[in-house]
Amino acid sequence: MKKELRLMKGNEAVAEAAIRAGADGYFGYPITPQSEVLEYLMAEKPYERTGMVVLQAESEIAAINMVYGAAGCGKMAITSSSSPGISLKQEGISYMAGAELPGVILNVVRGGPGLGTIQPSQADYFQAVKGGGHGDYRMLVLAPASVQEMADFTLLGFELAFKYRNPVMILSDGALGQMMEKVELPEPVPCRTEEEIRQQCPWATLGKPANMERNIITSLNLESLKQEQHNLKLQAKYAQMEREEVRYEEIMCEDAEYLLVAFGSSARICQKTLRMAREKGIKAGLLRPITLYPFPQKPLFELARRVKGILVVEMNAGQMIEDVKLAVCGKIKTEHFGRFGGVIPSPSEVLQALEQKIIGG
Amino acid sequence: MENIPTTADIVKEENLVYKKTKVLTDNILSYCPGCGHGTAHRIIAEVIEEMGIQDKTIGIAPVGCSVLAYNFFDIDMQQAAHGRAPALATAIKRLLPDKFVFTYQGDGDLAAIGTAETIHACNRGDNFTIIFINNGIYGMTGGQMAPTTLPGMKSSTSPYGRDTQTMGNPLKITELVAQLPGTCYVTRQAVHTPGNVRKAKKALRLAFEYQGKNMGLSFVEIVSNCNSGWKMTPRNANEWMEDNMFPFYPLGDIKTPAKLEL
Repeated sequence: MKKELRLMKGNEAVAEAAIRAGADGYFGYPITPQSEVLEYLMAEKPYERTGMVVLQAESEIAAINMVYGAAGCGKMAITSSSSPGISLKQEGISYMAGAELPGVILNVVRGGPGLGTIQPSQADYFQAVKGGGHGDYRMLVLAPASVQEMADFTLLGFELAFKYRNPVMILSDGALGQMMEKVELPEPVPCRTEEEIRQQCPWATLGKPANMERNIITSLNLESLKQEQHNLKLQAKYAQMEREEVRYEEIMCEDAEYLLVAFGSSARICQKTLRMAREKGIKAGLLRPITLYPFPQKPLFELARRVKGILVVEMNAGQMIEDVKLAVCGKIKTEHFGRFGGVIPSPSEVLQALEQKIIGG
Repeated sequence: MENIPTTADIVKEENLVYKKTKVLTDNILSYCPGCGHGTAHRIIAEVIEEMGIQDKTIGIAPVGCSVLAYNFFDIDMQQAAHGRAPALATAIKRLLPDKFVFTYQGDGDLAAIGTAETIHACNRGDNFTIIFINNGIYGMTGGQMAPTTLPGMKSSTSPYGRDTQTMGNPLKITELVAQLPGTCYVTRQAVHTPGNVRKAKKALRLAFEYQGKNMGLSFVEIVSNCNSGWKMTPRNANEWMEDNMFPFYPLGDIKTPAKLEL
């Protein structure tokens, strides 16, 4: 099999991309609007294609701990869920961060809090970017804005997870998971052999060879000074992420007088808003953070020196705006526009908000 | 004085009837004197050595007194979140079916917070071994009531004794998992006397042998003491265990495979 063009749902694209990435295991639990990931994998029988293991776990808690166990063996493992289920996974994510284990977690966000709705939302930004689980840790967070990026970021997620020995979250939403688009799928690579894993992950628990030290996967340090050293090591890793992994896209920003900042589905909507604004003679641009952590602070700071105002557009009550405000340091007017609870804003609503809150305000 | 023999003079290879297994490290055990964990560790390690599987065994440590089990076994190990060891083991064994995988869990870990993970791994028949140390108490956190605490038994969170009306009855989870078709071997043992140690070691050997034959989940409960948590001397704790724990948690095989083809 080579590269291939297909019309797929975002959820299916993640599943197929995981197989083609050479992932060793998927562990998941059904929840709307992401169940197609598990359904696709069960139907596709990847264990016959590549040897990839697929298992429906008894809970999201079990699923993330299966990812932990697999990752501890240096295996490429992925799990997916939607907001309420991601809350259940937070314990495991914190343990993975503490034990420095790589893994990919897909969140197809729906409206909350609680059981909320099953429609698309971006209300889990804080949870993904600011922690979610307990302890001083960070997760690399990738925000796709298309089915293509759902597939691409599955591969990128594994790459970054193993580069940093850290969990990576793909923060999508119900629209990206459910909508169908053309997607170019990568050429498949086989699962790594045990020898290859031992080479790449000398820390992995694959069984202790007679002449070698044993490997231990743990997040426990009973002595506070040792734990502090571990925390400092983690912080150094996060600092490296902030230096090397910031990803973002600038659209029509060269001559922009007004800036929209949006990620994921909101960024797709804002692209239409840009065209509508330009037709009316409003010079608007869009900054789309692709990594939500690390956040593109510097490009925002630079743009803030050139534009007259910023409108942050999110499908939540105002979460990323806190990071935007930190980045622009109060230099210019920064307002939020959001629909939430599963409601998707229309491009004209966004334009109206830009005119009222930023241009006229 | 120069005629006094040294240890090296006395202890010669041909005179040795017993020595510490190389599957245990030289780290000092973190367990209280009198506790059964050390003995349980030793016989697990001996079984691993005798089967020649040190290089392909992966153990999972729980949360609780044995959270540091990875300091004592000289094998690759992972430490799980509280109760989640069977989930880790499920993934590890499925991804590495040629390895031997075991979890080592206490009663709070296995039968309270990890009940779902325990039951479902057993029900799926995942092909690893669960070693369950039941001392009827949360030892590490200071002697709180566990799911296996006996009726009337005092603990720091049942200071007037476990009242089954408000605190429920002790959970016989071992009998429960024996009902599930996924388990191939379920047994309850003890390690407080030499005879029991020998029986428990045989049971552990069988559990690992069945795993090697892909027969499903093998489950070994070891009823143990917690002299610190029970606030008794080690000897009194063992006597109390015999008089009170064993009648409620009777020793012996609960489920064995139909055919023993070893």
